[in-house]
Amino acid sequence: MQTSPKSPQSSKAHPAGRWLYPRPEGLFCEPGGFYVDPNKPVDKAVITHGHADHARRGHGAVLATPETIAIMKLRYGEDCAGVFQHIDYGQTVSVNGVNIRIVPAGHILGSAQVVLEHNATRVVVSGDYKRVFDPTCEPFELVPCDVFVTEATFALPVFRHEPAVKEARRLIESVRQQPERTHMLGVYGLGKCQRMIALLRQAGFEETIHLHGALVELTQFYEQRGFTMGSWRPIGKDSSGQRQDYAGQLVMCPPSAISDRWSRRFPDPATAFASGWMRVRGRARQYGVELPLIVSDHADWPELIATIKETGAEEVWVTHGREDALVHQLGLMGIPARALALVGFDDEGE
Amino acid sequence: MQRFANLLDNLANTQSRKRKLALLADYLLNTMDPDRGWTLAALTDGLPISLPLRRILHDLLSDTVDAELYRLSRDYVGDTAETVSLLWPERQSEGDEPPTISALVVAFKTTPKERIPDLLARALDRLDISGRFALLKLLGGAPRVGVSARLAKTALAQAFNHEVSDIEEVWHAVDPPYHDLFAWLTGKGDKPDPGNRPTFRPMMLAHPIQDEDWPRLEPNDLTAEWKWDGIRVQIAATACEMRLFSRTGDDISKAFPEIASAFIRHHCVLDGELLVVRNAEVAPFNDLQQRLNRKTVSPRQLREFPAHVRVYDLLFEDGEDLRPLPFEERRARLEAWHARNSPPLTDLSQTVAFTDFAELSQIWSGTRKDGIEGLMLKRKSSPYLAGRPKGHWWKWKRAPLTLDCVLMYAQRGSGKRSSYYSDYTFGVWIDDSSASADTSEPQLVPVGKAYSGFTDEDLLKLDRFVRNNTIERFGPVRSVAPKLVFEVAFDDVQISSRHKSGVAMRFPRIARIRWDKPANEADTMSAVRALL
Ligand SMILES: [Zn+2]
Ligand SMILES: [Zn+2]
Repeated sequence: MQTSPKSPQSSKAHPAGRWLYPRPEGLFCEPGGFYVDPNKPVDKAVITHGHADHARRGHGAVLATPETIAIMKLRYGEDCAGVFQHIDYGQTVSVNGVNIRIVPAGHILGSAQVVLEHNATRVVVSGDYKRVFDPTCEPFELVPCDVFVTEATFALPVFRHEPAVKEARRLIESVRQQPERTHMLGVYGLGKCQRMIALLRQAGFEETIHLHGALVELTQFYEQRGFTMGSWRPIGKDSSGQRQDYAGQLVMCPPSAISDRWSRRFPDPATAFASGWMRVRGRARQYGVELPLIVSDHADWPELIATIKETGAEEVWVTHGREDALVHQLGLMGIPARALALVGFDDEGE
Repeated sequence: MQRFANLLDNLANTQSRKRKLALLADYLLNTMDPDRGWTLAALTDGLPISLPLRRILHDLLSDTVDAELYRLSRDYVGDTAETVSLLWPERQSEGDEPPTISALVVAFKTTPKERIPDLLARALDRLDISGRFALLKLLGGAPRVGVSARLAKTALAQAFNHEVSDIEEVWHAVDPPYHDLFAWLTGKGDKPDPGNRPTFRPMMLAHPIQDEDWPRLEPNDLTAEWKWDGIRVQIAATACEMRLFSRTGDDISKAFPEIASAFIRHHCVLDGELLVVRNAEVAPFNDLQQRLNRKTVSPRQLREFPAHVRVYDLLFEDGEDLRPLPFEERRARLEAWHARNSPPLTDLSQTVAFTDFAELSQIWSGTRKDGIEGLMLKRKSSPYLAGRPKGHWWKWKRAPLTLDCVLMYAQRGSGKRSSYYSDYTFGVWIDDSSASADTSEPQLVPVGKAYSGFTDEDLLKLDRFVRNNTIERFGPVRSVAPKLVFEVAFDDVQISSRHKSGVAMRFPRIARIRWDKPANEADTMSAVRALL
C-alpha cells in the first residue's frame, strides 16, 4: 500500500473558526447568535432541510426555505417553533453583520446550503447535498468559498452510487418478471419516496403505486407543490373491509416496515430498499432485502471530492458521517480539513 | 462473466431454497458450454486454480489506493474481494467486451505465475463492480452464496429432468467443465463412464419408525443393528485410488488420509459410519467434529482424534455389484470379506440379536452408551436401493432427553420468517451455591437455542408473546421476561467450554410449549448436569 504523509494538521485554524464553531447544541454563529441545524431547542436556528436529524421542534425562531418550513409544520405541527422566517433561494438576510444567503443543495425538496459572510470571509454550510439530477428538487448550486462545511455520510471510497434511473428500471423489471409476488420497496419517507416515484414514472412505470400510511402526507405535499406522482393509493382495507390482493403490485413503505408485522399482509413479498448503503453487500444482507437499489440523496465519494475541489475552499470542516476517511483524503490533497464532531445526525435510513 | 456475476448476486440476495434452485436451474439450462460447466465447478468442487490472491491484490492495489483508505474501507465492508471490487478504478471503456468466465478460467489456468498479477489487473479493468466481485470470489475459492454442492446438483437434476441420484452417481466420473456430463444431460452423449475411478453410489437411507409401522413388521424378517453416532460415509476403493464420500456425495478423503491408506489395494464399495474411536471406545460426536470440514489435517489432529469406520454394508466386491442382493446375503458377503481382508481402522457394526419386539424394546430403552444413537431395523430381503425407499430400513432413535427451560431471548428469523421472532434461546435456573451466592434473585443461564418443533400457528402466538414481554432490544434480538416454559427435547448434552453454562445440547428442538407451566417450576442446572 501507498503510505501517505501525515495529514497536515492545521496548526493555525482558519479565522472563520472564531465566529463559527461547534457547541454542544450544534454549529454556532456567534455574531449572528444562531445555530445551523441544532440538535436541541435553541433561540435562533437556520435549518437546511426538513429531515428529522436536521430540523427539530422547539426552536424560538427558525429561518428556512418555505418548503422546509412547510415540511416542519406538516411533521411537527403549526406551532413547532416560535417564529418562522421564510427565505427563498438566492435571497440574503443580514443579522448583526453576518450575511445569510440560501442556495439549493440538491438533497430534497427545499434543501438549502447556508452561505455565511462575515469579516470578508465566506463559509458555505452545505447541510446534506448531492450533485446528480433529481426531478423532485432544485439542483445543487456551487458557491466558491473560503471554508466549505460538508457532510460525509458516504465518505468512503467504496461508495459510488449507481445511476438512479438504471436502478428504477431494475425494480420495474423485477416487478414485471414476478407477477405472483408483491414488491415492497423500502424508502425514506421524505425525499427518497417521492424521488423514486418520479424516477419510476420517468422509466415508464405507469401502474398504481401503493403507499404505506407513513408516506401519504408527504407525497401529497409534493403534489401540492406541483410535482406529478401519477396514480397512487394508500394501503388499507378497502370499503368492503376486505383486504386487497397485492400480487404483482408495487408497494412503498418506510425501510423498517419491510421486516415488520405489517409486511405479512402481502403474498410472498419481494423486498427492495433504495439507499446508498445498499452498495455494500453486508448492509443489504443486514436488511434482508432481495433487491438492493443503490440510490442515494447524498453525495457519493467522487462527488464529495469533486465538490470540495470546485468550491476552491482553503479549509474544509466535516459535520457528520465518515469524517476519518474524508479528512485523511483531503490531507493527501493538501487541503486542511477537520472534523467538527457534531452529534445528533443520523442518515441510517437514507 | 456478467451472467455469472448476476447469478451470484441473485443467489446471495434470496433466502428461499426454492428460488435459489430455480435461479440455478435456469442458468444451467440457458448458458452455453463451457461457461455453465465452470460455474458449476465454482459452486461445487472448486476451480482447478490456486493462486496467492491476497498477496497479488495487495501488490496491485498499492499503486492505486492509499493504505489508510483501503484499511478503513476493508473494515467497513468486511470482505477483501468486495472491497477490491468497489475500490478498483473504473477503466472499462465503451466497446470493451467483458471476458467470459471460460476465457478467464483458461487464462488463469495457463498463464505462468509471474504474469498472473498483470492478467488479473487487465481482467478487473474489463469488468464492472459485480463482475469484479464475481471474478475475485471465483479465484479465491468457494463463493459463499448459500449454495451447497448438493443444492447445485439438485438444480442440475431439476434443469434436465433427472434424479439427483443419477447426477451423484456420475459426478465423480466427470471433471470441470463437465463436457461429458452436459452432453449426456442434453441427450448428445452417453452416460459418463467412471472407468477405473472410484465413484459415489447414492446411499440407502432409513425412515424414522412410527407407531403404525410396528403391527406390520415381523421380528423374523428383520435384522437389528446399532445406529452409531458419527457421519454416514461411503468408501469407494479401486486398484488405483480410494475415496471417502459423505452421505451427499462430497469427497472428504483429504480430511481423513489414514482411512485412505487403510484401503490401499482393496477393490470394493462399503457403507459405514465414520467415528472417532479411542481405545476401542467411540468418542463423543464433538471429537469427530474437530476433523470435519478441513482441507488438510495436522499430525496432532490425527493423533488426538483418530478416525475409524464401522462398516454396515458391502455394495461392490471386486467390481461385482452386490446391491441387488438381499441384505442378508450382502451381510454374509461383508462378514466374509472383512474376515479375509480386515483393513486397519475398521470393524464390523455388530447386529443385535432379539426374538421379539418386547425384548428389542428393552434393549433399546436400556442403552445410553456414548456413540449410540439408537437402533436400525433392516429388512433381511431388501436390496440396496438409492434414496429413502419405503418399507425397507427404519431408524429407531433412542428417546430424546427433555428438560423444561425458560425462554430468555428471541431473535428475528430470516427469509420468510424475517418478520417473526422465531429463534429462541432458553435457559434453566442456576441452583448451585457458587453462581448465585451474591444475589437473592433466582438467575437463569442459557443452555440452548432452537428454531424448530412448533407449528406456524404456534409461531404467531410466540411472536406475539415476545413482542408483549420484551425487556430490552439489541438489534434483531430481544430479551424476554422469564415467563414462558418450553419443554425442550434433545439428543444429548455434552460438556462445552464455549457456552456460559458449560454444557451444550445436541439437536435441541421445542417439544411442547408449556403455556400452562409457571417459569419457577422449570428445570435447574443440576438437572442438566445429572444428564451428562
Ligand atoms: Zn438529509
Ligand atoms: Zn443528514
